[in-house]
Amino acid sequence: MTAAPIGFEAERAAPRERGAVRDLLRRHPTVAIGIAILALMLLMAVFAPYLGTVDPQALSPVRRLRFPSWVYWFGTDSLGRDVYSRVVYGARISLWVGFCVALFSTSIGLVIGLVAGFSRPVDAIVMRIMDGLMSIPPVLLAIALMALTRASTTNVIISITVPQIPQVTRLVRGVVLTLREQPFVEAAVAVGTGFFKTLRRHILPNTVAPLLVQGTYICASAMITEAILSFIGAGTPPNVPSWGNIMAEGRSLFQVAYYIVLFPAVFLSVTVLAVNLVGDGLRDALDPRLARRM
Amino acid sequence: MFSYIVRRLIATVPVMAIVAAVVFSLLYFAPGDPAAIIAGDMATAEDIARIHHQLGLDEPFLLRFGHWIWGVLHGDLGISIFTGLPVLQLIGQRVEPTVALTLTTLIVSVSLAIPMGVLAAWRVGTWIDRTVMGIAVLGFSVPSFVLAYILILVFSVALDWLPVQGYTSFTAGFWPFAQHLILPSAALGLIYAALIARITRASMLDVLSQDYIRTAHAKGLSSQNVLIGHALKNAAVPIVTIIGIGIALLIGGVIVTETVFAIPGIGRLTVDAISRRDYPTIQGVTLLLSAAYVIVNLLVDLSYTVLDPRVRF
Repeated sequence: MTAAPIGFEAERAAPRERGAVRDLLRRHPTVAIGIAILALMLLMAVFAPYLGTVDPQALSPVRRLRFPSWVYWFGTDSLGRDVYSRVVYGARISLWVGFCVALFSTSIGLVIGLVAGFSRPVDAIVMRIMDGLMSIPPVLLAIALMALTRASTTNVIISITVPQIPQVTRLVRGVVLTLREQPFVEAAVAVGTGFFKTLRRHILPNTVAPLLVQGTYICASAMITEAILSFIGAGTPPNVPSWGNIMAEGRSLFQVAYYIVLFPAVFLSVTVLAVNLVGDGLRDALDPRLARRM
Repeated sequence: MFSYIVRRLIATVPVMAIVAAVVFSLLYFAPGDPAAIIAGDMATAEDIARIHHQLGLDEPFLLRFGHWIWGVLHGDLGISIFTGLPVLQLIGQRVEPTVALTLTTLIVSVSLAIPMGVLAAWRVGTWIDRTVMGIAVLGFSVPSFVLAYILILVFSVALDWLPVQGYTSFTAGFWPFAQHLILPSAALGLIYAALIARITRASMLDVLSQDYIRTAHAKGLSSQNVLIGHALKNAAVPIVTIIGIGIALLIGGVIVTETVFAIPGIGRLTVDAISRRDYPTIQGVTLLLSAAYVIVNLLVDLSYTVLDPRVRF
């Protein structure tokens, strides 16, 4: 195919894609709700300093354990820190971890899955390793990896990413193995299309939809795992407010100051729900066969 | 069928070997020197070198891995750095609450989720279906420890119906035992039940669209007969598969749930080991829980031969 029709296609694609997005949002209003909630959380994370917050680390022994009021919207914790400010800043960690884990695990899984799908010797070794890694429950592997390193956001991202890679690899490998047998790929190979061009033009575009759906679910699961790690003291360092470690700090005082746990819990659940709503909508739109079943 | 079982058992060996290699590497690459910790603050360099030699820490990776595997196969998971007790003994002391919590959650979740999934598929598109699916999406979104706190707030703090924390062994009587497990099981089980309900519904929808279901209806069988006798039986394989795979969620969840409810189980042991950087314990727990996960999924695979006579491989 020459360059001209490709350019022509690209010109036509933009309005068609906009139409498709509109159609998706119309047919799956829950996706619109999910996107709206996520956009709000993102804005909250970005503009945290301008949303009536104070320094989330500022200690004030005289205002310890204040109940939520007009002055302290979400109350204060045992060190007198403003829970509202900590929750607002905490959104940064959850969103960042969710996004990075989804991006890195899908990218790494994509590369490994492509190689495994095309090379039988690599496939035999890599998939056995992946089977082994998948046999360790993901949260447990993340905890074990965090135990090796010091608490930092980067280490949390790495520890959550590693257990997610095998399932992405398996997914991509499955797609590649199916596509390799398809007539359009065989035809491309038969007419002498180069390996990388076949990969770029015929294989990669077909991995986008399942990866996008999988990436969304990984994002939701990563946010929960980050909160679990921080909650049990194996996640982000205590000086970085995250929803998980705010809850961890409120744990021992739960019966007298339940709001310290409650507010970050609500924000975490609503954000994860929003990501899941987007994921379900994308799955319905991109994989109608699966959508009918789920 | 026999050859399938043998092949499936043999296939478990390399998987467990890789799990063991990963778990061993965790200890091998762990920061800090266990010999220095064991020797104490007043130890000389010679003392540390001697302990190094005694523990075989100066051996190359493969040799150490070989020795470690040999020990594991003989029930030796190493010695806890913090307590000085064998890791297997520590796990043995904590196993009862974890098994009780996991089994209760498993039984309750499965017995609630499958009927919910069947009902949702039977009444697809109605408010029943939407309610079940709504609960399932919520189940995926509310982390177990968040739900745990909500349940404590309502049922323990506000209503004072159930204890806030703790665990009582079943030897102390059924009610005290059950009373302490109701809230933890509910918190831990929601996500698991959500997963099972969703797959049950999907699998049932697939089966309910088959011709033989129409035939069963046409020959006058009751809905109950068609649903249970024909549809659920044929939809069982994916459901049983997800019950096995979902155990990973229970294992991850049990660590946090035990922390929230102060249950002295393996999850609590893991959290304590992390805070003390007790690597042999972390390693032992990871290996045992992963082995449990592999065995459950092996049993699930073997159950296919009973559930689906076509599975002979």
